[in-house]
Amino acid sequence: MAKNFFDKIRPTFSKGGKLAWLHSSFDAFETFFFVPNRVTRKGCTHVKDCIDLKRLLIIVVIALVPSLLFGIWNLGYQHSRVFGLDWGFWQMVWYGFVKIIPLYLVSYIVGLGIEFASAQMKGHEVSEGYLVSGFIIPLIVPVDVPWWMLALAVAFAVIIGKEVFGGTGMNIWNPALLARAFLFFSYPSKMSGDAIWVGGLSKALAGGTPWKGGEVVDAISGATPLSHASLDGLSAAGTSAWNLFLGNVPGAVGETSVIAILIGALLLMGTGVASWKIMCSSVLGALFVGWLGNIGGVTDIPCWEMLLMGGFAFGTVFMATDPVTSAQTETGKWIYGFLIGALCITVRLFNPGYPEGMMLAILLMNTFAPLIDHYVVNANIQRRIKRAKTV
Amino acid sequence: MSNPIRLKKGLNLPIAGAALCEVTARVAPDLVAVKPTDFRGLVPRLLVKEGDSVKAGTPLFADKKYTTMVFCSPVSGTVDAVIRGEKRKLLEVRIKSDGKNESVKVDIPKVSTLDKKGMTELLLQCGLWPCIKQRPFGTIADPEAEPKAIFISGMNTAPLGADYEFTLKNDVEAIQAGIDALNRLTSGGVHLSMNAQSFAGSEFHKLTNVTFHEFTGPHPAGNVGVQINHISPINKGEVVWTVSLPLVAVIGRFIREGVYDTRRIIAVAGPAAVNPSYVEVMAGVGMKQLAPYFSDGDIRVISGNVLTGETVGREGFLGFYDDLVSVLKEGDYYEMFGWIKPLRSKKFSVSFAYPAFLRRKKYNMDTNENGGERPFLMNDVYGKMLPMDIYPLYLFKACLAGDLDKMEQLGIYEVIEEDVALCEYVCPSKIEIQNIIRQGIDLMMKEM
Repeated sequence: MAKNFFDKIRPTFSKGGKLAWLHSSFDAFETFFFVPNRVTRKGCTHVKDCIDLKRLLIIVVIALVPSLLFGIWNLGYQHSRVFGLDWGFWQMVWYGFVKIIPLYLVSYIVGLGIEFASAQMKGHEVSEGYLVSGFIIPLIVPVDVPWWMLALAVAFAVIIGKEVFGGTGMNIWNPALLARAFLFFSYPSKMSGDAIWVGGLSKALAGGTPWKGGEVVDAISGATPLSHASLDGLSAAGTSAWNLFLGNVPGAVGETSVIAILIGALLLMGTGVASWKIMCSSVLGALFVGWLGNIGGVTDIPCWEMLLMGGFAFGTVFMATDPVTSAQTETGKWIYGFLIGALCITVRLFNPGYPEGMMLAILLMNTFAPLIDHYVVNANIQRRIKRAKTV
Repeated sequence: MSNPIRLKKGLNLPIAGAALCEVTARVAPDLVAVKPTDFRGLVPRLLVKEGDSVKAGTPLFADKKYTTMVFCSPVSGTVDAVIRGEKRKLLEVRIKSDGKNESVKVDIPKVSTLDKKGMTELLLQCGLWPCIKQRPFGTIADPEAEPKAIFISGMNTAPLGADYEFTLKNDVEAIQAGIDALNRLTSGGVHLSMNAQSFAGSEFHKLTNVTFHEFTGPHPAGNVGVQINHISPINKGEVVWTVSLPLVAVIGRFIREGVYDTRRIIAVAGPAAVNPSYVEVMAGVGMKQLAPYFSDGDIRVISGNVLTGETVGREGFLGFYDDLVSVLKEGDYYEMFGWIKPLRSKKFSVSFAYPAFLRRKKYNMDTNENGGERPFLMNDVYGKMLPMDIYPLYLFKACLAGDLDKMEQLGIYEVIEEDVALCEYVCPSKIEIQNIIRQGIDLMMKEM
């Protein structure tokens, strides 16, 4: 039935048709529903593997779903906790759902809109890359971020971060992180402090009138454990390693639950969609610097607890492993991942004013990934030259 | 030789329709064709015209640059047609066989008395020189070059590829004669790579005058380029020659009998092949004569394997170097939500993004691309398919950019299209990697 529909409207969008200029968009929708009937061409392999980018990217999206689901519940849970509300499970979920849906709408409408427009202008097929970026962005921004700000950040990330470099596959920095960095540096007041990570809290505090007329029970418990822990250890932050692992702590929607992230990580590693090398080496790097911090007396937090805090796990699994912006060589991936982990914890240890190091660690290493690769590839070139000389 | 070289990277494509080890027909030649397009970079000069009568071994056309290099008719008969394409480019010379099978008889001097020049001239004049290819770039060997060595692959790992142990089992003596002849052409010796698993029981075990190497591993372990990379990689300025084993037998037959005899046993195989098996044919055989092996419907007939072969169609002709006809169904259909289905039991994927247990059976593959073309995104899939010390993605990008220095540094001399064919097969972005390498090589040849 759907096939007939597409067959019927195809001539309109094909060359010479009335809406031929919308060909890329038509194509994007058609290939969403149907794997196209294109056959291999002259000079190419006659058969092709049935893997395609859509499949790979949908796996990433599926891997993100546990984090999203947990995050939705956690939004409601944190809200009810801070405001002293006696909510049931479904009320919490509903609250989170209502909070997160607009963020997704903004993210996808703005992001995909730009992607479609630019594919249209270039006459390319629409690339699916933004499906993942757009899914990640709402998971890493404060839930109360104004929609116009989010829209601006998404537009910045897609246009400046991606399209000016030539679109998906050509970008230097992870677009989702770029959106977050844009928000962070452009609107610091909305992006820092303890209150932003609990839905409704910053509004309530700013207005001086607690929501629903009640008292804000314990505003300090709305602080992310990270900002306290970086100074005083977990117990001072009123939480435990178990809570961090479970994820029922305040924080960005997707990043709190290490369990949910681990489920995603297992899926990504099992399917080979994301590099296990980057994930492992990032954890190693974090443990290493955390351990140095321990023996150097910089912090009392055991190095393994560092792995549970803040955005480290989420960044390691979903953003450091972005195949476009990470190191491209297998050796390079070890170095790249290790440095991300190490840098993230270094920032945490030595800059208490800015406890969340993951975003900048990844963006910085995105910048240097080509350099790492350059040296790895250069070693190969040198081997070849040396071989020629010794013969 | 006692230490086989074990290759881990690569993939044996689980494609259905492998040929049964049985010769089910001996096809007497009818209409055959010699195609200048089988030879990379060749500019041909036609030597015959339509209606001329020819024998097996009569030159049909010659290389414009190297005029003594001729290309001969595989059968006796008359020149039926000269097919030209755009800008009068010579595409095919078709010969109608008269069924008499007369050959030009050449007196062969004793091989051991010939030096390199003598052997070169002998092979050039009889039209067998084009059997020898040259690396870098995979062109016909330059008769004036000094090859480092000559490499022969004795294992065929290509999908559905003909099993040499079967097709050449009666040709061991001819192969020996061919190897002896090739030895006159180089001081570096002739190297034959064998499958380590079957080598001990192989007929080829008794060959002499040749250095054996053993390999194990999935395709492309049988590609001569991959083998050279592990035996003695090609450096800048070096030249090596390669000959396929069936063509060594052809050279050997010529040395022994003095006739141009391109008989060969080819496999007709593939998911759309009826009764896939082996057939004895002449070089350039018309696909029409193989029609009983093709199923009805919309199929693609390929001279060569499904990764690197050329589409010739039901009316086409077998390529000069090929000993396999692959038959596939055209994949001209839509598949609803194909990419999001948890299982696609009829499709094969090497990626774990589809459940791994799907990998155990053979698949009726077709020519559907299974997706649309996208930019390079995944970076780790290509390296797993190329068992060489090369960073494939960087080489592809250097070729795309036309950066000659980078191409050279990253190893363009060591690969030809067939070596990266598996990279193209697995590419989730559906990028035409063989074409990228082809353009890179063409650019190198033009600039050098």
